[in-house]
Amino acid sequence: MADSSPRITPEAVAKVARLARLDLAEADLARFAEQLAGMLAHFADIDALDLSSVEPMTQPYPLVNVMRDDVVSTSLDRDEVLAAAPAAEDGRFRVPPIIGLEG
Amino acid sequence: MSDYTIDGWEIVVGLEVHVELATATKLFSASANRFGDDPNIHIDPVTLGLPGALPVLNRRAVELAMRIGLALECTVKPCTFHRKNYFYPDMPKAYQISQYDQPLNVDGWLELPGGKRIGVERAHLEEDTGKSTHVGGTGGRIHGSDHSLIDFNRAGVPLVEIVGRPDIASPDEAKQYVTELRQILVAVGASDAKMEEGSMRCDANVSVRKPGQPLGTRCEIKNVNSVRSLGRAIEYEARRQIALIEAGEKVRQETRHWDETDGRTHTLRTKEDADDYRYFLEPDLVPLAPDAAWIEAVRAALPMLPRARRRRLAEATGAPADGEAVMVVVERGQDDYVLAVGAAGGDVTRALVHVKEAYAEQGATPSVPVADLAGMITLETSGRITATQAKTVLAELLSNGGGDAAAIATAKGFEAMDASALEALVDEALAAQPAAWAKYCDGEEKAVGAIVGHIMKASKGQADGKAVSAILQARRG
Amino acid sequence: MANTPVSVAGIASAVRSGEVSAVEVLERHLAAIDARESDIHAFNLVTADAARATAARVDADVAAGRDPGPLAGVPIALKDNLCTRGVPTTCSSRILEGWRPPYDATVVRRLAAAGAVFVGKTNLDEFAMGSSTENSAFGVTLNPLDTSRVAGGSSGGSAAAVAASFAAASLGSDTGGSIRQPAALCGIVGVKPTYGTVSRYGLVAFASSLDQIGPFTNDVRDASIVLEAISGHDPLDSTSIPRGPVTTTEVLDRGVAGLRVGRIVDLPGGSDPEVEQRLAEAFDALRAAGATIVDVELPSMKFGLTAYYLIAPAEASSNLARYDGVRYGMRVDAPDTNAMYGATRAAGFGDEVKRRIMLGTYALSAGYFDAYYGKALKVRRLIHDDFDRAYAQADVLLTPTSPIVAFPVGAKVDDPLSMYLCDVFTIPTNLAGHPAMSVPFGTGADGLPVGVQVLAPTLGEPVMFQVAAELERAATR
Repeated sequence: MADSSPRITPEAVAKVARLARLDLAEADLARFAEQLAGMLAHFADIDALDLSSVEPMTQPYPLVNVMRDDVVSTSLDRDEVLAAAPAAEDGRFRVPPIIGLEG
Repeated sequence: MSDYTIDGWEIVVGLEVHVELATATKLFSASANRFGDDPNIHIDPVTLGLPGALPVLNRRAVELAMRIGLALECTVKPCTFHRKNYFYPDMPKAYQISQYDQPLNVDGWLELPGGKRIGVERAHLEEDTGKSTHVGGTGGRIHGSDHSLIDFNRAGVPLVEIVGRPDIASPDEAKQYVTELRQILVAVGASDAKMEEGSMRCDANVSVRKPGQPLGTRCEIKNVNSVRSLGRAIEYEARRQIALIEAGEKVRQETRHWDETDGRTHTLRTKEDADDYRYFLEPDLVPLAPDAAWIEAVRAALPMLPRARRRRLAEATGAPADGEAVMVVVERGQDDYVLAVGAAGGDVTRALVHVKEAYAEQGATPSVPVADLAGMITLETSGRITATQAKTVLAELLSNGGGDAAAIATAKGFEAMDASALEALVDEALAAQPAAWAKYCDGEEKAVGAIVGHIMKASKGQADGKAVSAILQARRG
Repeated sequence: MANTPVSVAGIASAVRSGEVSAVEVLERHLAAIDARESDIHAFNLVTADAARATAARVDADVAAGRDPGPLAGVPIALKDNLCTRGVPTTCSSRILEGWRPPYDATVVRRLAAAGAVFVGKTNLDEFAMGSSTENSAFGVTLNPLDTSRVAGGSSGGSAAAVAASFAAASLGSDTGGSIRQPAALCGIVGVKPTYGTVSRYGLVAFASSLDQIGPFTNDVRDASIVLEAISGHDPLDSTSIPRGPVTTTEVLDRGVAGLRVGRIVDLPGGSDPEVEQRLAEAFDALRAAGATIVDVELPSMKFGLTAYYLIAPAEASSNLARYDGVRYGMRVDAPDTNAMYGATRAAGFGDEVKRRIMLGTYALSAGYFDAYYGKALKVRRLIHDDFDRAYAQADVLLTPTSPIVAFPVGAKVDDPLSMYLCDVFTIPTNLAGHPAMSVPFGTGADGLPVGVQVLAPTLGEPVMFQVAAELERAATR
């Protein structure tokens, strides 16, 4: 049976790094691509399984309808929170110009 | 249904409306859901996306979301939450908890006042983002800004996203849809739905096609902040697309930003730049499956919706359900009042007219007691006061928050003339205006004006113009 | 000098009765830290002053006749991915270096309310990703039994702290074996409870559907006591099972007569021969004590590593997206926010974290979701169902905890896959959501400790502890 899992190319790794907002140098990209490809090749062991009638398992314990009452509870102290912020101004978190992102 | 076209092109519009729910707390945490306070005071570990924070669903948000779904004739279904992953500074977790392929409400519709049904594909729950303000650019825009400031008060506020099917065929239908939707949202207590304040936000997907052709490429229009802008933006966008196609170019599928000041849409981002959201089931939450008892309880507690109220008022008054009087009075929430005036003995059709014309500032609980207005209307319909005099009496009732209409009429010297006095006035006028009378009898309708004017002058305005006209018409034969 | 208590049970009892002061107990542990911490590096931060203040308060409570709590005066170390208000919580990552949470994790609150004395925050593999603590940004933790070797991971620091008597107990987190494996390598007890029994609120998330917090202790009874103190429903965690605390102390002396202990016949091979021998001896000991050994099959177990290394990184890629330099933690300045994200995360995360984020992002991305993440969820179901069938025939299962004893520092850092294999026996329980614990049982190569793993079905902690206690009796005979 042909390898049905596509090996991950350096281009794919670069795209994934962009999606994940990780600036990687060329050398790192190549290195990670090789490591990830090796892992994915190893993980191809599940390709042989017939999973067509298997339901995905998303919850370890079957809970349903967990909700809380609509009652206000105390907030965090803004000063404490902003003191931990990398940059703050006028009671708000400050960031560089928001370019190149979809909002 | 709609024959609206621009230069032979049909418009296809699908609206996505986001509504902020009127809960006390946020969707997944117990910080207050409040508008307009100091920045970053309604925050908690969940709202800020702090390490280790976990979401817990707000039961009231679910209840309000169900009210919206049921009011839009949706089916409430067992549902799940998914993460929508993307980076933006006002997104504290770098993912939004939303609903993906298993939303809470599906397959409903909204009926426009004229009767056309616009399909509602789904209405699901999701959390709102924080707010960014941009410093240093022109007009507070991102372009050219030096930095931005983020306030997370709004982050985590519960939203319901209502996705309409592309059944809307004109800018007017779009405006009607949003207006009607807003009334429904307010009626069921889910939201105050104010576009200008951002508690209701509308994005429009617009495409054009020649009749009978398949759907064209659509563009999403954002930043529409009023019903009027919605109409303008759709019209502009449709014309823009038509011009492109007629020039031999293709419409690019993209998101565009409506600029109210220059009246145009501008490219925001193209599909190629779009993020891959990598939706997956939110592992920190469990499925939501409202049971039949809860759904029925919510359904049973729904108030009469605007459509039904308009129908009820129309049937009672004989006025058209999509006519301006009925629409306006129901929108103001004054229909119960009008019907009550009818029940108290006043002519309900007259009541509708008076309330529509004079009660714009009154709100849903008018100050004039039902019996007082009924009394005034009875004076009018029995002929004791003229229509014009009724307006004056009503103005006084309104400024005093009620009163005895008969006494007011008497105090003002309003006595409508009785029939024989009117007949005498008519006799005198015909004698004084033989030429006008001759013309009127010949069919010249406008000639009656001179005769009526004579009578009004002779009676010092006391004669009821309508009654006089009726007498003249009868005499003419 | 009277026998100074060293166990959780002994210390709490002696402090509560006034027989020994909490301050004296603490100073003994601080002295041990002073003597050996520089050789072992179990801690990112020792909180001696705060600990002294707490110990003094406990003693004051005892003196005043107030109940100081069931864990009064017990020195406890906390893995540095548990939020402690005002105390740096770094997850052994540069991206959170120096970050002080504004809130406490639920387990921290519960232990504090029980009178525990926190001695410090322990080292871990960065964001709990690893099996040797070599992925810590702040240096590796060494094995107290042989400082040329690793203490295991990711909770290496918490394991070493107990093994070196720096604390009477510690808390770790277990996503694929990160409590059990270091417990085995350091010769102590480590418990991963049923998913949902211990609140994750305040545990910095790695893989949300797999993470659980659990205790490290020197003996099974102590583990039972600490687990009871931290477990039980938490309304701040939606995945928290609505039951009270896990109570198992009453079963510890019951023995195993009549219990069925399962041996997995298709267990993946490759373990050290000494490890396999110790496991065989463990079965013998339980048989001698009256248990029946049954053969069971878990045919899907061998796919556990693959499923885990697709599911855990996928969830982690989303959970770690919040580390973006906006609201807390490290920021690398840049001309725009997008560039700031990329530079901050590249500088702040180590290689293993980056690898897993990319693997997870890939597994979730459009076009690959079904092949990777989607499939892995189905394999998870197969493994869960295999366990269900096994538990119809056996009350507990026994495996080695780790296929090998503690390995030399640096032996596996260049071969991530070889590192992953350390967790081959522990991973399946996380996937199934079941409880499992490691009990020291003899030694292996070079006299290093071997741990035997007891696995039980969902909420099967009582029978699991029952068997663990018997193994402990056999091992210490």
